[in-house]
Amino acid sequence: MALHHPQRRFSAALALAAVASISLYASACATSTSSSSAGAAGAPAPALNITMSPVAPSPDPRVGLRAGTTAKVPADTTKRMMATRAAEAEWNMHLVKNVEANGPFLGVTHSDLAFRGNYVIQGNYDGYEIFDISNPRAPKSIKQIVCRGSQSDVSVYGNLIFVSGEATSGRLDCGLGGVPDSVSKDRFRGVRIYDATDIKNPKYIQSVQTCRGSHTHTVVEDPNDKANVYIYISGSSAVRSPTELAGCSDMDPSLDPNSERFKIEIVQVPLANPMAAKVITKAPILAELTRAPQNTARTASDNADRAATMAARGGGAGGRAGAPAGAAAAAGRGGRGAVPNNAGPVQCHDITVYPAVGLAGGACGGYGLLLDISDVKNPKRVFAAADSNMSFWHSATFTNDGSKMLFSDEWGGGSAPRCRSTDHYEWGSDALFTVDGKKSLTFKSYYKMPAAQTNLENCVAHNGSLVPIPGRDIMVQSWYQGGVSIFDWTDPSHPKEIAYQDRGPIDGAVQGNGGTWSVYWYNGYMYSSEIARGLDVFELQPSAYISQNEIDAAKSVKFDYLNVQGQQKLVWPASFSLSRSYVDQLERSKGYAPEKLASIRADLSAAEKLSGQARKDFLAKMATGLHTDARGSSDAPKAHTLASSVGDLAKL
Amino acid sequence: MIANLRHGAPLGLAVLLFAACAPATRGGSGTGQAPAPAVRTVNDADVEFMSGMIPHHAQAVLIAGWAESHGARRDVLVFCQRIVVGQRDEIGLMQRWLAERGLDVPAADATTHKMKMGDMIHEMIMPGMLNAEQLAELDKSRGSDFDRLLLKAMIGHHLGAIEMVNKLQASAGSGNDDIVYRFSSDVYADQSTEVERMTKILATIPEK
Repeated sequence: MALHHPQRRFSAALALAAVASISLYASACATSTSSSSAGAAGAPAPALNITMSPVAPSPDPRVGLRAGTTAKVPADTTKRMMATRAAEAEWNMHLVKNVEANGPFLGVTHSDLAFRGNYVIQGNYDGYEIFDISNPRAPKSIKQIVCRGSQSDVSVYGNLIFVSGEATSGRLDCGLGGVPDSVSKDRFRGVRIYDATDIKNPKYIQSVQTCRGSHTHTVVEDPNDKANVYIYISGSSAVRSPTELAGCSDMDPSLDPNSERFKIEIVQVPLANPMAAKVITKAPILAELTRAPQNTARTASDNADRAATMAARGGGAGGRAGAPAGAAAAAGRGGRGAVPNNAGPVQCHDITVYPAVGLAGGACGGYGLLLDISDVKNPKRVFAAADSNMSFWHSATFTNDGSKMLFSDEWGGGSAPRCRSTDHYEWGSDALFTVDGKKSLTFKSYYKMPAAQTNLENCVAHNGSLVPIPGRDIMVQSWYQGGVSIFDWTDPSHPKEIAYQDRGPIDGAVQGNGGTWSVYWYNGYMYSSEIARGLDVFELQPSAYISQNEIDAAKSVKFDYLNVQGQQKLVWPASFSLSRSYVDQLERSKGYAPEKLASIRADLSAAEKLSGQARKDFLAKMATGLHTDARGSSDAPKAHTLASSVGDLAKL
Repeated sequence: MIANLRHGAPLGLAVLLFAACAPATRGGSGTGQAPAPAVRTVNDADVEFMSGMIPHHAQAVLIAGWAESHGARRDVLVFCQRIVVGQRDEIGLMQRWLAERGLDVPAADATTHKMKMGDMIHEMIMPGMLNAEQLAELDKSRGSDFDRLLLKAMIGHHLGAIEMVNKLQASAGSGNDDIVYRFSSDVYADQSTEVERMTKILATIPEK
């Protein structure tokens, strides 16, 4: 049962053709050898470089990387802790900087990331750290706040910083000494609020205690309520005693309607007085989830896979092994047998909200939920997907238009090596769905980082974000010690890896704990929180899959702040890079003949050399012509998008 | 993410160094003034949990491993395969944790938990585990009889694990070790999710 991605079979056959840029090096990790341009205006538009191979390097250089840590290690530690650097492999992306873990956070798990202006905030099980990223190639640590209480999931809103605390060792006074008593007024589990008006010196202003603490949290902006911001609290730990925090109940809801079970806590933060933040309601989004809807498409897919597996067994071919069990098993047909009324997950692991489309994705135990959040204080479940291959639904990501969704499965919780050649492709992967009419989800396929990892490397699907390539759905995602994987899921039935970076195991002798917790695109670069090795900064490199124009267009999308679990709509300002991106995409899709593409590129270059009214007139005329041409394109929607983008350029 | 396993830095060493400290209640300022290293003391409840869960997991791996030879239905088989992989990895995690602290390490196929009481060693089974008679009954069954017995047994087995987590987390002074806290939280989250899944599969197995 091999973890074989179909593309690996192709790449084996075409190994000699692989000329894509790939670097494999063993030491320099902090060098900054820029190869990407900033898209110099006026330069001739580069044609899509067809000499770049669309075939991934083979054999996959991520397999068998030498172990090592980049962290500074005291001289008197054991031999295994030698300060060696792991070998690294990267393809179509480049590590521009690693800032090693240091001070009180050395040896303590780094967790999630949030962004505000020129700052990135990195959580750590013992607190959080703020970096100045005015120069993304040289992040500068400006503050370490020591305040224990994993996981320290971090978010921002305005001048506020929110930090999750779940561990029973968390203290109200931020002390590191733990809490000796099983019931204690000193214990803190919930969300801590900091006033970071002075980001160099955030002030701890409020602790919102919650019944099961906060494993993760999601800041939700209510378009209809500008006076407050809301926080959905997710947990994965047990409910605490009512003697520690009044009102907490873990009883069956039929016995105690105020039970914490099947609910998420919602915190309201008054922006004029954030110290008054409190839990205002507990939304029963998991109530009466006894029966997940039957997914006929999924069942059909299961059957097809099953047939394929049987065929593969007979023919001895590799390929995608491990046929999924029927969806019916996970979905549950109800019927006979004792399905208790209170079946279903009692809590959620993480929720991603997308206020622009009024939806949220809840990753809750054995289910992926689609939630209607048009009433922020009263989220409602509209659909629940179950999948027999998904062990623990971990997090969700919407595509920019909200028409597709990805749920990750953190099988084994992130501490287990689930990317070995023996682990099923479908297990510990991403499940991709279409969102149909904001009402239901239809399963399309799985995606899993395809390079086999060792049993020394914890590896499973984890956090990621969209990469704002216009007109496509590109995702960058963390796979712990499986590294960073970038893939295209524009076609959710055929996701494809297009870039990656990976290091060898953190420890060459026993299974260690390291790797990337989360990697997010923010204003032109990708920032990765490395559990043991600190903060990494990556940039995309042009390839057969992503052109320089597309990278430049992606870099034109700017956010003032970013919490990835609070998705913001990506909006691309009109630019020559944007229009050229669509030309490049039409070349890839063969939407226009090569001569036509050349003439459009020449026209765009000619327009760029003009200025003032002459440029506007030229572009307006060009846009009109392109709309007419689009009707004859085999990729008419993209051709119209190109025409409209040129029209927008004319209005600049 | 869960367990804070070993990093590049010697977490295990840190635990040993600070194991002797009383759980200090020094007030952190939360403003990053040079703090003392975190106290991550390990107590008897932590050790009891990490060693007692090994035979508990071992039995789950054993009986789930019978699925193929005992003619389990495909969905039950796939579910069992995942338990075998998942819990075998977790046994490794517990063994490493115990070994790094110089504690007794139960075998990966231990069938009982050895508890020291004075000079005596009591061999006991952990909550939810099957006794010898129940094991034999399950081993004799085939097809849908196996599916039904296995699921019922495994649901009880998982509830036993959850009981062990609850006992641990209710014990004074436990869970200061990040690995134990995160691992036990994971067992809680994973196994309660699986109980739910098994309950649903069970509802589709024909009654005898």
